[in-house]
Amino acid sequence: MIKKILLLGSGALKIGQAGEFDYSGSQAIKAFREEGIKTILVNPNIATIQTSKAMADKVYFLPINPEFIEQVIIKENPDAIALSFGGQTALNCGMDLYKKGVFKKYHVQVLGTPVSAIVTSEDRQLFADHLKKINVSTPASHAVNSTKEGLKIARKLKLPVMIRAGFALGGQKSGVAHTEKEFMTIAEAALAFSPQILVEKYLHHYKEIEYEVVRDNFDNCVTVCNMENFDPLGIHTGESIVVAPSQTLTNYEYHFLRQKSIEIVRSLGIVGECNVQFALNPHPESTGPISGSFPSTPAIDYYVIEVNARLSRSSALASKATGYPLAYVAAKLILGKPLTRIINQITRVTQAAFEPALDYLVVKIPRWDIEKFRGAEEVIGSSMKSVGEVMAIGRTFEEAIQKATRMLDIGVHGVIENRFANEKEIWHYIKSATPRRLFAITAGIKKGFSIDKIYQETGVDKWFLYRLKNIVDAEKEMVSSVGNGRDRSLQRDQLLNLKRLGFSDRRIGEALGKTELEVRSFRIKNKITPSVFAIDTLAGEFPAKTNYLYTTYWGSHHDVKPIGQGGIMVLGSGPYRIGSSVEFDWSSVNVAQNLKRYKKQSIVVNCNPETVSTDYDMSDRLYFEELTFERVSDIYEFEKASSIILSVGGQTPNNLSTRLNNYGVKILGTKAGNIDLAENRNKFSDLLDRLGILQPLWKNFTDMGSALKFAKEVGYPVLIRPSYVLSGLAMNLCYDEAELKSFVKRAVEINKKHPVTISKYMTNAREVELDGVAQGGKLKVYALSNHVEHAGVHSGDATIVYPAERVRYYSGVKMVEIAQNLTKALSINGPFNIQYMVKDNKVYVIELNLRASRTFPFISKVTGVNFAAVTVDAFFGKAKEYQIDYPAYVAVKAPQFSFARLEGADPVLRVEMSSTGEVACFGDTAEEAYLKSLISTGLSLDKKSALVTIGGEENKLRFAESIWKLKNLGFELYATNHTHKFLNSKGVRTKLVSKVYERRRPNVIDIIEQKKVSLVINLSEKGDGNPVASEFKTDGYLIRRAAIDHNISLFTDLNSSRLFVNALEKYRIKDLKIKSWEEYLE
Amino acid sequence: MLGNLILKDGTKIKGRSFGHEESVAGELVFSTGMTGYPESLTDPSYEGQILVTTYPIIGNYGVPEKKYWESSRIHISGLIVSQYVDTPSHFQSKKTLSSWLKEEKIPGLIIDDTRFLTQKIRDQGAQLAKIVFKKNIEFFDPNLVNLMEKVSVKTTRKVGLRAIEQYKKMSIVLIDCGVKENIIRNLVNRGAQVIVVPWDFDIFSLKEGFDGIIISNGPGDPKMCRATIETVKQAVAKKIPILGICLGSQILALATGGETYKLKFGHRGQNQPCIDQTNNRCYVTTQNHGFAIGKIPPGFKPWFVNANDKTNEGIIHNNLPFMSVQFHPEACPGPMDTEWIFDKFLQTL
Repeated sequence: MIKKILLLGSGALKIGQAGEFDYSGSQAIKAFREEGIKTILVNPNIATIQTSKAMADKVYFLPINPEFIEQVIIKENPDAIALSFGGQTALNCGMDLYKKGVFKKYHVQVLGTPVSAIVTSEDRQLFADHLKKINVSTPASHAVNSTKEGLKIARKLKLPVMIRAGFALGGQKSGVAHTEKEFMTIAEAALAFSPQILVEKYLHHYKEIEYEVVRDNFDNCVTVCNMENFDPLGIHTGESIVVAPSQTLTNYEYHFLRQKSIEIVRSLGIVGECNVQFALNPHPESTGPISGSFPSTPAIDYYVIEVNARLSRSSALASKATGYPLAYVAAKLILGKPLTRIINQITRVTQAAFEPALDYLVVKIPRWDIEKFRGAEEVIGSSMKSVGEVMAIGRTFEEAIQKATRMLDIGVHGVIENRFANEKEIWHYIKSATPRRLFAITAGIKKGFSIDKIYQETGVDKWFLYRLKNIVDAEKEMVSSVGNGRDRSLQRDQLLNLKRLGFSDRRIGEALGKTELEVRSFRIKNKITPSVFAIDTLAGEFPAKTNYLYTTYWGSHHDVKPIGQGGIMVLGSGPYRIGSSVEFDWSSVNVAQNLKRYKKQSIVVNCNPETVSTDYDMSDRLYFEELTFERVSDIYEFEKASSIILSVGGQTPNNLSTRLNNYGVKILGTKAGNIDLAENRNKFSDLLDRLGILQPLWKNFTDMGSALKFAKEVGYPVLIRPSYVLSGLAMNLCYDEAELKSFVKRAVEINKKHPVTISKYMTNAREVELDGVAQGGKLKVYALSNHVEHAGVHSGDATIVYPAERVRYYSGVKMVEIAQNLTKALSINGPFNIQYMVKDNKVYVIELNLRASRTFPFISKVTGVNFAAVTVDAFFGKAKEYQIDYPAYVAVKAPQFSFARLEGADPVLRVEMSSTGEVACFGDTAEEAYLKSLISTGLSLDKKSALVTIGGEENKLRFAESIWKLKNLGFELYATNHTHKFLNSKGVRTKLVSKVYERRRPNVIDIIEQKKVSLVINLSEKGDGNPVASEFKTDGYLIRRAAIDHNISLFTDLNSSRLFVNALEKYRIKDLKIKSWEEYLE
Repeated sequence: MLGNLILKDGTKIKGRSFGHEESVAGELVFSTGMTGYPESLTDPSYEGQILVTTYPIIGNYGVPEKKYWESSRIHISGLIVSQYVDTPSHFQSKKTLSSWLKEEKIPGLIIDDTRFLTQKIRDQGAQLAKIVFKKNIEFFDPNLVNLMEKVSVKTTRKVGLRAIEQYKKMSIVLIDCGVKENIIRNLVNRGAQVIVVPWDFDIFSLKEGFDGIIISNGPGDPKMCRATIETVKQAVAKKIPILGICLGSQILALATGGETYKLKFGHRGQNQPCIDQTNNRCYVTTQNHGFAIGKIPPGFKPWFVNANDKTNEGIIHNNLPFMSVQFHPEACPGPMDTEWIFDKFLQTL
């Protein structure tokens, strides 16, 4: 009898493994609890919902690796372990533990799919052999352990070939090689990450189709969803635009592949959930029946590409696409429940043992932020680069894809966005797969490029291309009817048609020379408003008690009645991206759930399928919809909701405050005018001056001359940025006049319309965050935390310590006083966050955000006070005043980077954010907590050997002590010339290695490539990687990049490097305590 | 051209035509399958019905060659979709759905809110309806007439003479009440010889012997198939192995003392879960029926039960080789999970 289950999470969000595992883990916990089973969760990702008090029975914020998990097993003595809800991280960890015999030793039952089956599905050769046995085709493929062997195979298969790394998440380091040179580059990179690579036949322009399969212990097996990629094979499914259900498959193809996926799942003995990916030839050569089959069987030419014997990104998407809670059902199945005993959670009257019928279609588009990584390659392919995704629901492809483009929140208002200079550029972006391809295709169609030609170049099925053409044609018709000049207004039918094809009011307005609001009021006057439809898993066949909704213009009725004044809307975060991620999902879910305490019904709006907020059992009503002014207003007006909460979903909903307020929407929280006061740099600066609060010197400039003059006056370095920033977009540090000039020339416009802000950058200043909740201008709860890195590293990339150990008493008091003053001055009502800078004991305010910040869940969890709950109390005027005691523990939040995924990106900490996730761990000291956090983000020191290159005298002096410590710890040290000389003069013996330009071998890169070191500390003189210089591939860049490309731990910041060395000095791995969150908080 | 869909209850919905433009009347039903419109349209069980596809986007992959159809023509009386796609993309496509409908003189109407129609049918039950272009016509209830005349073969035909596999010695009489080609393909593929006979054919007059009888699927009320019921009664008396499929299942029940009744709105789709009562296994099945077995005939026990609404999905005799399924083991469209029914039946011969 299972009473206690150990559940492994997936750790920090990173490219290839993101929020979907918060969703799957959370559902598993719920499913286990219903059976009366306790869940012990290990997950260092503190921003997740699964690591909340209401979820798991016990939480360990610890690394998910075999050493730590074994310790947790010893301590907790669980009956069983669940490996399939924490992505590849949990699965790999589980396989290691299995191989080490840990489960056997401590009598822990592995739930669900047997580990042997997982091993088969993960080892490419074993998998191919297995499939051959059951007569399922896989692409001709060979596993090799060296590039030499690989090349031989590649020649045999004939180029182009596909290279894949074994045991890697999200297709990391795989790619298509067209030439032998390309082959060597890709194969080397893949072998640096994986002991094994696969060389495969390349299937040009095959369709990519996926099935999500569940199977129980009794061999009941169903496919819950099939999906078709818009992009052909060769673009990773995580990088592809995906539709569900498939659109271009005949009944035979659909069910043939369905059958194959079931056969595979059965043969592997999967119990729980499994994803099967196929390549399907759109033009099979043989037209005769396949052998042994009956007459009149259509031709089919297919291959199995991959099987994931666990919950995956695709299964999260399938769950949201169908309303079938895959993770929840999988959790029940691995406990041994039959599929036939599980009720369909949506209808509550039908069974889980069925296959959902959709009467809509969903479109998923990935969200990339490649441009935020200096130097990163824009081209996408068989490994993942995207950082998030959106899903849109519509009754037609046109409606859904246009919604999806807006959901991305990248400033486009539909699929027609001509941001291309000329036809040549359009063709370029059609031919090469990049995040812009979809827009290039529509731009090309608009220019009259032939559908056949676009198909030949892209392999995107003509069905999709014709749907896009339908949108383009409708826009052309609209423009020409206006162009005729007779009437600048639209006919009702034409407007309705445009809305049905997914055009936004704003886009229509642009074409007609009208404002969005004018189009809106015309629309409402003519009764053109969207219908509210439910997702019921059965296409309307049974009356379902579902609260999972979307809107469409293809309706003449609503499936639900408005909630009315008892309803409060909560806007979620939209797609995960650099700077906005699972932390905002935590905040919105917690706020939505706390509304219950005030007998209010929550109406959540979000469009991100990797979230928990889009689980329909987290709110009273869930709209899987756009977070645009238009759609939010539509829902508000339909529901007749009493108010709306914009301050807990990050910057996307917060940006709507002024417009919604002007439109008459009642906003719960700080007044829109005051939000503007905090966000408008000029107004905020005046306010600070009025209140006598210090701020770094800054000024707006509309011309270069006065900008240069100002910079000279305040002294370099200076920080330059546009106003209204999100995660440091286009922000930069400039160290001298030349850099400032060159940056402005390259990256920003400077003119009357686009002023540029330049502020004095204070070197070696400390940064401190205050998170708080206020009610009616009165501070109710707050907590201070400090950055380890000095100001200049984006707060999202900073290592954050709670309590703020490095803040002096006086400064702390001053910060609270400032917070109280600002709270009062802006009548803050709800959550806020202030970023302070401390230099020479003076406290400066850098920024005030009148919304829940990124650190909200971290602060809530380390203080034990749920700031989201206090936020709701504040909205209802019922917030208590909290006095948080200084804790007996320390928690450290560390960033997770995904540079390895982004070829060419410079992995250096800068004013612009580049981390994709975070972890936080507890300890008795900051050092202990930091070391746990670092291990959680993947730090591994397999040998005591480090490369140190330190730029600048000051850095050298300040880091000397740490180097001594490393030496005393037994580290073998390699250093480049200057560092070597300096250290030897201080009595530290190091091995000299030459720089790349010195043309002597071995150089720094050789040392890294040969894995002679397991740690690289590269401190450059300037706090910020030089944008101009990095184009020339400086040694610093090459060293950093080589470290990342060879999976070697890299430190680029002085302060975090020092803290790390101190931690190493104080703690060995086995000294790190295995204590649960509850034990720390006690 | 615009047309109107008019329901018996007075509901009138305007739509755009994409098929043949001539008024037609029938019974309005919906199907929830997401693929397989060529198979559905040519399924004789739809005879006399106006079909609403709940999946809103139809026409995507055009229409394949006739040899892939489920019968030689379209059987629905009319088609209602939400979005019709006139630019199909598929290597098998020979024509667009619209041109096919026009060729076969079947009206098709695009209306926006097919979900509304579905909910209406679900709540009020399947009801009579008509697609009206210029000329108004009377409502027509296909369940009140014998549709067998329209869907059954006129003369016997033999299929599967090249015996290849394990059941090669088997000869099956297939009573065609509106048979789907894939039933025949399934049998032939297993090596059986199939003699397809009209619904009212006297099978005992056949010169050649046979090992078993399959009563096919088909449209309408099973009670209309009196001749077939009589044939089955005789076969039962002779203890010849029998498999009934869909309408054939109901006919078997009626022939052996069971009862049938009309469902409120029937089962039409490809995702109906059926539980095998002998071992609790669940299968996802394709269905297309408006009638069902009520009273289980004496000597029989329920074989399958619908997991959603607990209606009967098949019966099996306690000791004689008589069995039937309400769903479509031949799929087409739909999942192929229950093709083993054919094996099971052939094994009893």
